[in-house]
Amino acid sequence: MGSSSSSMDNIPNAEELMQETGFSAAHLLRLYERFEFLDKDQTGELRPEDFGAVGGLALNPIGDRIISAFFSPGRETVDFPSFVRVLAHFRPNDTNRTRNGTQQEPVNSRTRKLKFAFQLYDQDRDGKISRAELLQVLRAMLGIQVTEEQLQSIAERAIQEADLDRDDAISFDEFRKSLEKVNIDHKMSIRFLK
Amino acid sequence: MDDLWCVAAGVFQVWMFVVVFFIMLPAMFGLSLGVTGVYIQILVRILEWATLRIQRGRQQQPSVPVPLPNGIIERAGGSMEEEMEQLRSSRSLAGGEFALSDVFYFYKKGVESIVDDQVTQRFSSEELASWNLLTRTNQNFRYISLRLTVIWGLGVFVRYCVLFPLRITLAIIGLSWLVIGTTLVGFLPESSEKNWLSELVHLTCYRICARGLSATIHYHNKENKPQKGGICVVNHTTPIDVVILANDGCYAMVGQIHGGLMGVIQRSRVRSCPHVWFERSEMKDRHTVTSRLRAHVAAKTKLPILIFPEGTCINNTSVMMFKKGSFEIGGTIYPVAIKYDPRFGDAFWNSSKYNMVSYLLRMMTSWAIVVNVWYLPPMTIQDGEDAAQFANRVKSAIAEQGGLLDLAL
Repeated sequence: MGSSSSSMDNIPNAEELMQETGFSAAHLLRLYERFEFLDKDQTGELRPEDFGAVGGLALNPIGDRIISAFFSPGRETVDFPSFVRVLAHFRPNDTNRTRNGTQQEPVNSRTRKLKFAFQLYDQDRDGKISRAELLQVLRAMLGIQVTEEQLQSIAERAIQEADLDRDDAISFDEFRKSLEKVNIDHKMSIRFLK
Repeated sequence: MDDLWCVAAGVFQVWMFVVVFFIMLPAMFGLSLGVTGVYIQILVRILEWATLRIQRGRQQQPSVPVPLPNGIIERAGGSMEEEMEQLRSSRSLAGGEFALSDVFYFYKKGVESIVDDQVTQRFSSEELASWNLLTRTNQNFRYISLRLTVIWGLGVFVRYCVLFPLRITLAIIGLSWLVIGTTLVGFLPESSEKNWLSELVHLTCYRICARGLSATIHYHNKENKPQKGGICVVNHTTPIDVVILANDGCYAMVGQIHGGLMGVIQRSRVRSCPHVWFERSEMKDRHTVTSRLRAHVAAKTKLPILIFPEGTCINNTSVMMFKKGSFEIGGTIYPVAIKYDPRFGDAFWNSSKYNMVSYLLRMMTSWAIVVNVWYLPPMTIQDGEDAAQFANRVKSAIAEQGGLLDLAL
């Protein structure tokens, strides 16, 4: 959106947001313009319908889950700081960042990314991925080409592999363990240009 | 009072003299005095100096955000549809494992499209990596130094007070000459002399119009120029594309009949050489359009048809999906790629933001228009290829030559 001349002053608490999320000023400005673009009726907050305007999401099998990831439970709108905080999960890991003990763990660390992905499965936020929740995601991803029995057996196998304490659900630690070998930083990062 | 009139008349006479002898006459014979070339070189030097100053200034003021001309994210290759196909087909056959991490890819792709979407970006003007001393492109460039501001002020003066009146005069002369000339030629009976005269009139007027925009056009690979009976296919950025192309050859235009000034121009041009103008109601009927175009192409003596298959103006950083209608007509396709140099002026017509007149005024108050035109070798539809595939092939060829992004949409 190159023709509008917005400046950093329009963004509330820009400095804090930059500190918290690690986005640079240029990125923040771009994201703000994008936010304003998506916010069609100019209310300053986004609704689920506003995300519906994004073309790429309609085709995505988990599109509606991605949209609901932006909204905290119980809330129907998302403001700009929350929007940016969610997007910050997808920043690549900063290997050079010096961390002192008092600073909070950065948003884009491996654990935080995993937690975020966990919430994609765990829609009711009870801390466990139940069989039903897993089935829901599988159904969305695999579509109608798979029969119900096949779906059940795939879900069964996935739970057996990951569920270590045999409670028929996958907790966050089990989730993390089963993804030990996966390069989360690569898979859950978007390459933001400098 | 009398003295004032005399002075004004004198100035006007000198002005017209300069215009006629230094611009119009050379235009008629396709010559150039080289003034524009020198102007462009001076401009390039000044802009390079300005870029250095801005970079130096930016290092001293790190709080000023750096512009991002290529969008905010770099997308990995591969389409989501393909990945979904892979995922589903392998699962239904093997009934095998599903990894919890499979979902990450789709998560990432979804968030990528929320952050930046490739299509919308193409409909706003290209963001420059460095300011080119025009107010209109000044987004994030704050005050850097006094010298820069002075140069900018000088630029404003030169553009609005010196170049702009000159360009307006030329444009008016060019357009009126086009209307008068083509009407006059239209009275002649059909003959080869008529065609030759009509070509001369068209070329002269378009050259004058091009001077009216301070356009410097570089044509490449002229041996591939579109021949009679062919279809010329071009990427669309602005209505000025027509002027740019018509400076080097005569084309038959396709389009709607408009009212007003455009209508007058269209009607007079039809008299001197056959174009294909449609009534608005006819445009909707694809068969009528296609059959008329086919008839035009089949008559091998008629001028090549000029078509913009994107259907709308794009911002000249990429080529969007071609509508396949033009590729169903048959005949030889001559692709042409046009690339504008964004440093000298933003040629993109954002029709939602500006109407035609304000767009032309913006054009006339930019530095200049520098454009590269590449004529590509002719292409024909191959066996086993349908119109859509052929259209994509042509689109890729144009995108590659012009250095534009080939969008898969």
